[in-house]
This record gives sequence, structure tokens and C-alpha cells, in this order.
Amino acid sequence: MQQLDLWSMLFVFMLATFIGFELIRNVSRLLHTPLMSLTNAISAIAVVGSIIIAGEQKTTATTVLGTIAVFASMTNIISGFLLTDRMLKMFKKREPGK
Amino acid sequence: MNDNFYEHLTQFTYLVATALFVFSLKWLSHPKTARRGVLAGVLAMTAAIGGTFLHYEIRHVVAQSGFFDALKWIGIAIIAGTIVGIPLAMVPLTAVPQRTALSHSFGGLAAGLVGTAKYMLWYGEGEGALTKFRMTAIIIEIILGYLTFTGSLMACGKLQEWIPTRPITYKNQNLINLALLAVAIGVGVLIVFKPMLWWLFPMVILFSLAFGVLLIIPIGGADMPTVISLLNAYAGLSAVAMGFVLENKLLITAGALDGSSGFILSVIMCRAMNRSFTNVLFGAFGQVKTSAAVTEQRNVKSATAQDAAQLLETANLVVVVPGYGMAVAQAQHRVRELYDQLTKRGVDVKFAIHPVAGRMPGHMNVLLAEAEIPYDKLIEMDEINSEMPRVDVVLVIGANDVVNPAARHDKGSPIFGMPIIDADKAKTCLAIKRTMNPGFAGIENELYYADNTLMVFGDAKAVVGNIVKELSDHGGMH
Repeated sequence: MQQLDLWSMLFVFMLATFIGFELIRNVSRLLHTPLMSLTNAISAIAVVGSIIIAGEQKTTATTVLGTIAVFASMTNIISGFLLTDRMLKMFKKREPGK
Repeated sequence: MNDNFYEHLTQFTYLVATALFVFSLKWLSHPKTARRGVLAGVLAMTAAIGGTFLHYEIRHVVAQSGFFDALKWIGIAIIAGTIVGIPLAMVPLTAVPQRTALSHSFGGLAAGLVGTAKYMLWYGEGEGALTKFRMTAIIIEIILGYLTFTGSLMACGKLQEWIPTRPITYKNQNLINLALLAVAIGVGVLIVFKPMLWWLFPMVILFSLAFGVLLIIPIGGADMPTVISLLNAYAGLSAVAMGFVLENKLLITAGALDGSSGFILSVIMCRAMNRSFTNVLFGAFGQVKTSAAVTEQRNVKSATAQDAAQLLETANLVVVVPGYGMAVAQAQHRVRELYDQLTKRGVDVKFAIHPVAGRMPGHMNVLLAEAEIPYDKLIEMDEINSEMPRVDVVLVIGANDVVNPAARHDKGSPIFGMPIIDADKAKTCLAIKRTMNPGFAGIENELYYADNTLMVFGDAKAVVGNIVKELSDHGGMH
């Protein structure tokens, strides 16, 4: 498969940023803390790069660096999603059975 | 199956993951659909990780050394990350800002390490592999990554109060900080043009690590919402830079979503304090001189819990203005009891939420939601301010600067221009406070001296508890 060139990457970056702006602006202020922990988990997409570095095992040093990076990203994925869900469960409109 | 097929499959899973990430954020916009957003995020991440294992390089290693040997380290890292991640998700909600800062620091670290590893690999392939484009992307990735790593660790330490929360300042601080960043960038630019001078690389890392520490040291506790948001943006951008290094569109997209989120939250936080980015980062808020009014003796009217209970009971519309002090005193569950007692009597109770209340964006909402206060009673500042003249009683609990009318008219005040909740415009204001000592920034709050303000002195949890007791003792009068 052909390599990406600088310009197509910049296009992807720019468009994703604009989509991000529009999406985030619509998030209710009520949910800004869950938003931040959800985006923590999303930016742990760095796990993809880390797995590639750790998995291709080219040198011992890079495998170690990649493995630590997988650990760091995985921590964010697990705690990010779990914490977001835990917080969102607390948002109730009316108290039950009153 | 040939390699081409797997490559297409990987790209397809990445495409699906990107779409799911967009839906994840879209569904998060409203509490009704928000949990579906988490599910979409989890599916997206699963697809992304699954697709990555189909990557050519990894399948190659698996084919050569067997499934177990090829993937054992990744497996251990994933299990270890899960083991550490679960308790981090169970922290008390007052500690969520620290957890978030720690998470940004892990994100920065991952980006920094991958950038470092990639440089080492390409260095081994010789100068031809270290193109200017690749080097630029790597340098941006490691500067952002490592400064986010140490900066967020510092922010986490301050929030956890392992290191002093007050701003630490010294002479020529801004000059030294900027010089350090300039040196880091300068060496970075040099290595882009001379990529084989490998010893420049650790220098960039060291300068970035040091800059991250020095950047956060002078920032005080009240500015943490802005700083956390800014570090969130950096963590996202470092993932974007990783995408440029690895030529991976999924990393660029997901990183950009995170980066734009951090950026928007930073702007909202800055606006809510009427300050600029540069002012937050280089202003050392705590250094502001206390205004001359402090020495002046003025009259304060105080009230007992009993008086407060009577006032609240006879009101039609009550607005509670909570601040971080309420969370520190662990008073939110008592506040919930108060809410119950008052709504039982037909009093309309609302909560006015200032955007910077708490230690991170939206923190106060989460703390109140945990105390099971319905979210439709949590009202944003702009919306509640228009209602203020109709409000019978405003109850200020643990908030200070966000209700200080000086922000509206006193040009000499350090918080002049900051949008505030107009607690002074209500018919009566009840403020719960330990003593008359001015708050964090040492700014005198004229709200406490106003004619329609009554001070209830004491610990927030105890005072609200006493008010609830007064109300329940002669409950059912209506």
C-alpha cells in the first residue's frame, strides 16, 4: 500500500480538528468532566503506535520503549472508559421512586 | 491470504474506529445518550487494537517466532495496564482532576517513547531514513510528549497536594522558562538538519522534560482547570504528531479530536476567568497584591442555622452556589438532604454552576450528580443570572471569587472583568464560611458586607447539617 504524503496527512488533521471543534462545542457543560476522561481514553489511541513498535521487535531497546508505551496507553484506555461510564451513571434527571 | 488483504483489513478497521470515535463524542453531548458514547468509544478502541495486530510487521514476527514469543511483552503490558487502570477509575470524584492529569502524563509519555524508539530505528537505517519531514514530526512529538509528561505529573502532584499548590515563583522565571523552551526548539531544529548527531536527541528530551516541570511550578490551584485543559490539548497533539511519524491516519484523527477538545475547554476556562492563555501560563495569579480594602473594618451581619432554615423555608425560589470549598468539606450529601427538605415543602431549588467551580471543567456537576441531585437542576451561570432578581435566597457554599461583585465594577481588583454569578442581586444572600479570612487569592469579597447578605459561620458540612436538622425538626408544617 502506498505511503501517505505530508499533504494528505495535513488534510486529515485539519478536517478532524474542525469536526472535533463542532462535536465538542455541542457537549453540554454538565458533562465536561466525563468529556475529558473520555477524550483521555480516545487519545490513548497512541496504543496503536506503541503496539507496532513493541510488536515489530526490531531492537531490544525499542521493544522495551514500545512495551512501556503500551502499558501507559492501556492504563488510560481502561481507566478512561471505566471512569467516564461510572460518572455518567450518576447523572439522573429525577430521583427514582419518590 | 496475501499481505495486501491484511493491509486493507487493517485500514478498514481503522476507518470503522474513526467513525465510532466521532459518534462517541457526538453521543456524549447529552446525558441521555452519553453512555452510548462510551460504548462506541470502547468498540472503536477494540477495532483499532484488533486491526493493529494485523499489521504487516507484527504478523511477520508472529510467523517467525511464534504467537507466544511475538506477543508476550505486549500481552504483559496490556494486562499490567489493565491492573493499574481499574483502581485509577475507582478514585473518589474529588480526586478525578489528579487522575486526569496523571492520564495526560501517561499519554505524553507514550508519545515521547514511541518518538524516541522511531528515531533509534531510523538512525539504525542510516541518514537516508531520517528525512527532514520525519525528523520534524519526531521532534514535535517528543517535545510535546515529554513536556506533557512532566508538566502533567507536576499538575497531578499539585492537585494531590504532594507539592505546594501555591504558585512557586523566582526571579526572571518567565525569562528562564522561555529560554529553556527556545533552547529545546533550537536544538530540535538543529537535529532536523543534522539527524546523525544523535547526542542532540537526548538534549531535546531533557530540555522538554525540564520545561514541563518549570511551566507548571508557578501555576496556582485555582488555575488548574485551565492548565488541565491545556495539557489535554498537548496530549492530543502529541498523538497527532505520532500519527505523522508513523504515517497513520487513525492516530491523526483521534489525536485531533482529543486536541480540539482540550483546546475548546481551555478557551472556555480562560473566558470564565477573563484571562488569556499567556496570562494563565505566565501570570502567577497568586502574586497579585491584596487590595487596600483588607484593613478597613466593615460590618458583617451574621445569622444562625435556625435563621437560615426559616429564610429558606419561606422562600419560593432558592439558588445554591457551590464552590470547591463544598467538596473539600465533603458537604455535598448534606446539600442533597437540604434539597430534599426544601423541595418537599414546595420550594424550587436550583444550583448555579460557575464554569471554573472545582478543579477541572465540569467538576462541580459531577460532584453534585454523585450526591444524586438531578442534573436538570444544575444551571449554567449565564442562564441563572437572568433569573437572579426573582430569587428569594441565594445560598453560597464554599464559593468565593465567583460571587464577588468587585469583578463587575472594581477596576483595581485582580478579578475585574471575570464573569460572576450575581448572588448579590437576589433578595437575600446566605453565605456559609468558616471565618472572614479572604479566599485563595487574598481578595476581599464585598458580597459579605452587603445589606442583604447574612453570614453563617462554620464548617460547610456542619452548617448545612444544622439547617437540615432545623428543617426536619419541624417538618410537615406545610
